[in-house]
This record gives sequence, structure tokens and C-alpha cells, in this order.
Amino acid sequence: MFSRVTIATVGLAVAALTTACGTTQAAPAAAPVSLPASASSSSEAPGAALSITDPWVKTAGKGMTAAFGTLVNNSGADITVVAGSTPLSPKVELHEVVESKGKMIMRPKEGGFVIPAGGSHQLTPGGDHIMLMDVAEKVEPGAEVPFTLTLQGGGTFSFTAVGKDFAGAKENYQPGMEGMNEGDGHE
Amino acid sequence: MSNPPEAPGRREAVAGVRAEVSRRGVLYGGAAAVAGVMATAGRATAAQAGSTADGGTAVEAFHGPHQAGIATRPQAHAVFLGLDLRRGADRDSVSRMMRLLTDDARRLTQGRPALADTEPDLAALPARLTVTFGFGPGLFAAVGGGPGRTPPVKDLPAFKIDKLEERWSGGDLLVQICADDPLTVAHALRMIVKDVRSFATVRWTQRGFRRAAHTQRPELTQRNVMGQLDGTVNPAPGTPDFERAVWITGGGPLHGGTTLVLRRIRAELESWDAADVVAKEFTVGRRLDTGAPLTGRQEHDEPDFARLTAAGLPMISEYAHIRRARVEDPGMRIFRRVYNYDEGVSAGGTADSGLIFASYQADIDRQFVPVQRRLAEADLLNEWTTPIGSAVFAVPPGCGPDGWIGQSLLA
Repeated sequence: MFSRVTIATVGLAVAALTTACGTTQAAPAAAPVSLPASASSSSEAPGAALSITDPWVKTAGKGMTAAFGTLVNNSGADITVVAGSTPLSPKVELHEVVESKGKMIMRPKEGGFVIPAGGSHQLTPGGDHIMLMDVAEKVEPGAEVPFTLTLQGGGTFSFTAVGKDFAGAKENYQPGMEGMNEGDGHE
Repeated sequence: MSNPPEAPGRREAVAGVRAEVSRRGVLYGGAAAVAGVMATAGRATAAQAGSTADGGTAVEAFHGPHQAGIATRPQAHAVFLGLDLRRGADRDSVSRMMRLLTDDARRLTQGRPALADTEPDLAALPARLTVTFGFGPGLFAAVGGGPGRTPPVKDLPAFKIDKLEERWSGGDLLVQICADDPLTVAHALRMIVKDVRSFATVRWTQRGFRRAAHTQRPELTQRNVMGQLDGTVNPAPGTPDFERAVWITGGGPLHGGTTLVLRRIRAELESWDAADVVAKEFTVGRRLDTGAPLTGRQEHDEPDFARLTAAGLPMISEYAHIRRARVEDPGMRIFRRVYNYDEGVSAGGTADSGLIFASYQADIDRQFVPVQRRLAEADLLNEWTTPIGSAVFAVPPGCGPDGWIGQSLLA
């Protein structure tokens, strides 16, 4: 089940999509494997340009957490994710983790996440991730949390991430960072 | 049942991916098919690329009408994990739990890291890993009754031979983890526990072992810590007798499932050591060396329970284990899938050894209980064996790629 979710990219730059669907990309590879509880959010559209493998979100009481997975670009053109949203959080940022003055910090990633044509982009603890702030309700293990990513050009991509207990990804939870304001822990 | 997990094409794909890994920001090239597979399997398969041993890569199928780990040829190592649901558990939380655990089992058994696996490299050698789930009476109570939802399992009746200890008994949820490699078992256990502990607390952990893989031919009956060939009369997986004895039918939510009685049976090795061979053989009704019945020459010879000695006494005692345990109808027998245990030796040198007696059957009341009653009433072997733990579980059917274990009962 939680293995792959492939959802149609709606309104993505038309040129890129047309190229992707019409030429050399292997459409069957993007065949959606539905999540039992969220099959309705999957799309049967063949050759979906963007898909995500193994999406998950770290469980949390409230405050901050983060979502991970591997974004896969099935098209022949680069895709750039510029923003994200989820009903769980009023404030979602695309983050990277970088070294600054000898310690690892996270900060908004300039330009968003670029998924190269025919390639993929990993979102991992300690690396790029989708950051959720001011989460108002508990993220339970096994919960299925909807996300929508906004792509450069105005298209969107939706998927469902599963809640997983996870000890790491502590960049989100450094002391004094609970309920942080914008800028805390960021550069 | 065992197949190498990798098709030749996948090995090539691994090499391709490894080349790509060095290119920062571009993990996977080429077809999306490759990227999709590699995203989950890349690290694991890369880690095993240099391996020459083939036992570690052997895989047992996860999907199917039945859960794996029952008809599966017993692996060398097992851990049985008994869990109690946390207060407030309900149908929704138990369903979430089982979806998570199914996902872990589905990946790990196929040699892929679990989702958010912190040690993905440990998943690379599944060594025939199976993860099997069972639901105890308490789980059914937690998810609610209602019409048609009578709990399919209940605690066993008390038997006078029992000296049950709380620390080895009961449980709302069972996870049976088996593999031919103990490190694989340890990793799977760790991953399962990390995902289950928000929902349940650990009640007991029972570790067991059989002969190491490849030590003897798999079709041979193995010996237990008392030196007996253990399980000579056992329905053979793949036979109609096995199907009838083990799998629940009838089209209900447990169709394709079974039940498990898990008994921890201590071997009283101190007094067993004091018995001579004749006494040991008389107790069981079989030769210790060959396992043949006292009336036969080979292990699988049918015992002749009517045969008398020159003195006019039964050659196989009225109270011999094999006579008391006998069930004539092969389809009504229990299926034993046992593991030995051998824990720490006491300061005085006393062993803590015995059998983790995993008995699978379609119907506990019709198959297990009558035999156990007869054994409890009079079985010479009772002198040297003591049940110290007991738990019962309904084992849900297997599932397909989009399903999860317990779905037919919980969804």
C-alpha cells in the first residue's frame, strides 16, 4: 500500500506534459498503486508527469513536523515544486538542510525543489523536506495526510502521506523552536 | 517456496543506479520504472551486490490467500511478540496499526527497507523472512462486537498440567517473525516494534530456534532439546490433509486464515537426564534414535497400537505420548510449527529450555482442545514437560498488493 502514489499533474505547463506523454517516457511505469484509504485521490491518467514514491509524514503532537518521500519526474522536462500545502498546517515551506557555522540548520530552499527530467528528487530527514509549521492537530501513526504541491507554471500535484513514528528529523524540534516564528532556526 | 529476490534485469538496474548515485542531485536515470523500484530497493540491493552467499537473498512471497509463515518451511530463527493494545484502542486505530505493520512486513519480507527504515541496509538479506499476524480475544473486544462479530477465539480451558505464567500468556496481538538469519529477525522485530508501540505495549517476547539452515535436509524431522524427533506426525503443507486441518473455510472474514495456539512448554531437563533410554522411549512410544514407533522400524511406520508384548501388555503404553496424542483423521490433526528455546542457565546450572509450541488449526475447539485434554489427563511425557505459557490467536487470511492483514475483519 504506501509504496507508490501517482497523481496527475493538473495544469502543468502544457508543453512539458505533451512531450512527456507523447514520446519516450514509459507510461506503464507510472501506473498508480493506490493507497487503500485514499484511492479516490489517485489518478488513472496515463503518463502522469510527476509522482511520489513512499510519501510519509513524521507523527507529531502539534507544532512542527515534516513530510518526506521521493519525487519522480516521469516527463522529459524539469519540474520545479515551488510551494506546498496541507490541511494539517497553515504554513508549509520547502526546506533544505545545510551547514552553517559548523552546525546543520534548515531553511527555505531558494527556487524550490527541482526534479530533473526523467529523474527524481529525494526528500529525507536531514535533507530536503516539506516543512509543516503551526500544526494544530495531532498527526497519528498510520494517518493519511493529504498534500498538494504547487509547481512552477501554476500546476498542482496532490498525494497522500502516511504518518510514521520516527525518532529523527530533529531539525524540526530543537529546543526553543516549539511554536517558532518565521526566521527561528532559519537563515 | 524460496526464490532469489532479484531478476537478472534488476541486478543490472542496480549497477546503473549506483553509477548515478555519485551524481549529486540526480539519483536515477532512465525509465521511470527503474526509478520507482530503486527508490525503495536501491540501497538494499546495492548493499548485497557483493554477496556471494545465496541463502540471505531467498524470499518468501508475502501476498496470497494465506499469510506466510505457516505453510512456509520453518525458518531457523523465530521471535514471537505478544502485544496488548493500549487503552482507547478502537477499530480505527487498530486498522491504522495493521496497515502500517502490513506495509512493514510487505517490504521487509521482500528484502526492501521499511518505510522510514533507519537501518535500510539491514533489510537487504531477508533470508526467507516471514511476518505473520494473529489477533487475540482482547483485540476483538477492543474493535467492538455486534452482529456477526462474535470473537472467533477465546482463551483455552484450564488444563491440570498447566503452570501458566502471566509473562508468557495471553496477548491482544501476535507478531510471529521468522527467518533463516537472526540479524534479519532482529531488524524486522525492531522495525515492527517501533511502528506498533504507539498502539500497543509489549507483553512478552519469545525467541526460538531450530537447526541452522542447511544443517540437515529440510524434509527431515528435527530434534527438540530433549533429543526427540519432534513432529513426525504433522500434516504436510501442500497436501489436502494440511489444507483441511489448517485453513478456515466458509467464506467469512477469516476464510483463508487459521488459528494459532502458542504454548510455552518447559522441558524438565534435570529429571529427563535422570531417565534412562528405555524409560524415555516408553514415555513417548518411539525410539529415540530413529523416531520409529516401538512397533516399527522406521520413523514414518504406522504405530501398531494393538500389538502386545510377550507378557501381554501393549508395546506402546496406554499412556505413551503418541497414543494419547493420536488423531486418526489426518484432516483433524493440528499442524505444529515448533521452535526450541534455550534461555540463560541458572547459577546452579539448571537449564531454562523447552519448546515454543506453535499449533495451527482451523478450529481450536474441535482440533486442539480434545488432544490437549487427553494429554493432560494422562501422558507419561507430562512428567518431563510443563506448559508455562499459553495464548490463542485468530490468524487472518493473507492479502493482495493493495490490501492489508486484518482488512476483512476490521474494514
